[in-house]
Amino acid sequence: MEAKAQFIAFQTIFRREIRRFMRIWVQTLIPPVITMVLYFLIFGSLIGSRIGEMGGFDYMSFVVPGLIMMSVISNSYSNVVSSFYSAKFTKSVEELLVSPVPNYIILLGFVLGGTMRGLLVGAIVTSLSFFFTDFHIHSLAVTVGVIFLTSLLFSIAGLINAIFANSFDDISIIPTFVLTPLTYLGGVFYSIDLLPEFWQGVSQLNPVLYMVNAFRYGFLGVSDVSLVGSFVGIGVFLALMFGYCLYLLENGKRLRS
Amino acid sequence: MTLALEIQGLCKVYGDRFEALKGVDLKVEQGDFFALLGPNGAGKSTTIGIISSLVRKTAGTVKIFDCDIDQNFSQAKQYLGIVPQEFNFGVFEKIKDILINQAGYFGISRGLAVERANKYLKQLGLWDKRDEQARHLSGGMKRRLMIARALVHEPKLLILDEPTAGVDIELRRSMWEFLEEINAAGTTIILTTHYLEEAERLCKNIAIISQGEIVENTSVKDLLKQLSKEVFVLDTSNTVSSCPEVSGYLMRKVDENCIEVEVDKGRSLNALFDGLSAASIEVVSMRNKVNRLEELFISLVNQAPAEARNGG
Repeated sequence: MEAKAQFIAFQTIFRREIRRFMRIWVQTLIPPVITMVLYFLIFGSLIGSRIGEMGGFDYMSFVVPGLIMMSVISNSYSNVVSSFYSAKFTKSVEELLVSPVPNYIILLGFVLGGTMRGLLVGAIVTSLSFFFTDFHIHSLAVTVGVIFLTSLLFSIAGLINAIFANSFDDISIIPTFVLTPLTYLGGVFYSIDLLPEFWQGVSQLNPVLYMVNAFRYGFLGVSDVSLVGSFVGIGVFLALMFGYCLYLLENGKRLRS
Repeated sequence: MTLALEIQGLCKVYGDRFEALKGVDLKVEQGDFFALLGPNGAGKSTTIGIISSLVRKTAGTVKIFDCDIDQNFSQAKQYLGIVPQEFNFGVFEKIKDILINQAGYFGISRGLAVERANKYLKQLGLWDKRDEQARHLSGGMKRRLMIARALVHEPKLLILDEPTAGVDIELRRSMWEFLEEINAAGTTIILTTHYLEEAERLCKNIAIISQGEIVENTSVKDLLKQLSKEVFVLDTSNTVSSCPEVSGYLMRKVDENCIEVEVDKGRSLNALFDGLSAASIEVVSMRNKVNRLEELFISLVNQAPAEARNGG
């Protein structure tokens, strides 16, 4: 397939993905926004005012970057996992499989579609956060870079989950039992400096910690972990997961019999 | 003559044991209207699955217009349009979007994709439904949607896996006419069907697959020549008390206004009608008892397991 034709195929998948989540915006955009506003109210304004400072900032300013990151992670993941698994379930994925679209275009189309939803939810949540706190962006490049790469990473993770899933239960297992604990324990609500040394070490094995802290650095200029290490870690994970996902598609895992 | 499809030594083993295809060889010429017949589980859908790359083959080669699906995968797919047996589209998508997207997957620019989608929606009687979600279509409309979708990139080879299953007679006939038109316009068509009347009416050549092997591959005309006898049902206007004896024809009374006659293939029917007239029996209509192809089909697929048991 020629490069121009590949680009048209990519645009088609990407556009279809965006249309899908925009068509059902009440299910895809509103709930995460309501959830985050509740977080802002409860953890930021109500409980946060009694917590005092965290990492040198008032608690609301500290927690907002983590909450934005949490919404981006969960929406990027859930968009791709539900879209691709639904396509498998209805067999409409065969429309792509019988066409000459290369697998990396399929991967990019779904993943960037999921990234768009993650970033859109992130942008809405960020806009709403201005009603609860004042903060300045310390480094726009770091903020945008981290959020984009993280969104990509979790979109790919969602696609891998969807490829392996055999039922709708299978697409909720990873978000419930893996993603949520990693996110909640990934420094969204606290600085790991508060933890005993042993648990600080354990926390450093959590990849979400690096993403949340690098993102927080973009906003506040403070981080519990090395910024360069975070970018390298995200980059390595991204490359490994992209390669693995492409391998699964090339081999038709759970897609071709 | 250019071959639209060339399959050699195609094998498929599911798991460690079940051999779905046992070395299938098949050639379909460009422009043909070809029927692939076989009982349920014979290997028809597996063969189509391998051609469309939804099923991975165990061994063998598949070429579509001389493009090997292993070596020139992208070009081979450009030539191919598939209408599967089961509905496989996004039920919440609008009908026109399904077609436009499918064209996009084949690298067709949006302008041309819209033009093609409009053309096939009109040709297949779906134009009024273009803005509706696919889930709202009737069964027959869903089948037509899948045909339109398979045609939107204008393939040279169209494969339809039981396209008229569950479709009412009127719609089936209109689909036949449409398929005949696109075949006449140059598209090679391969059809699997359980309606043997459909295969006899539409197809020039035929292959019968049974237990993963091709047991017959010839023209419909030559296949019908293999019939040794035909059974006709005659409806009469007057009451038949007993069957007259006419030499060379075996007759059986079905009821007071109906008789069955077994006739050797190729034998003239004039003597039969002379005999019936002499017995004052007036025939008002006449038809084949079963579809002619059906008899051959049953004998061929029943013969295959017997040969297999005998090591044939």
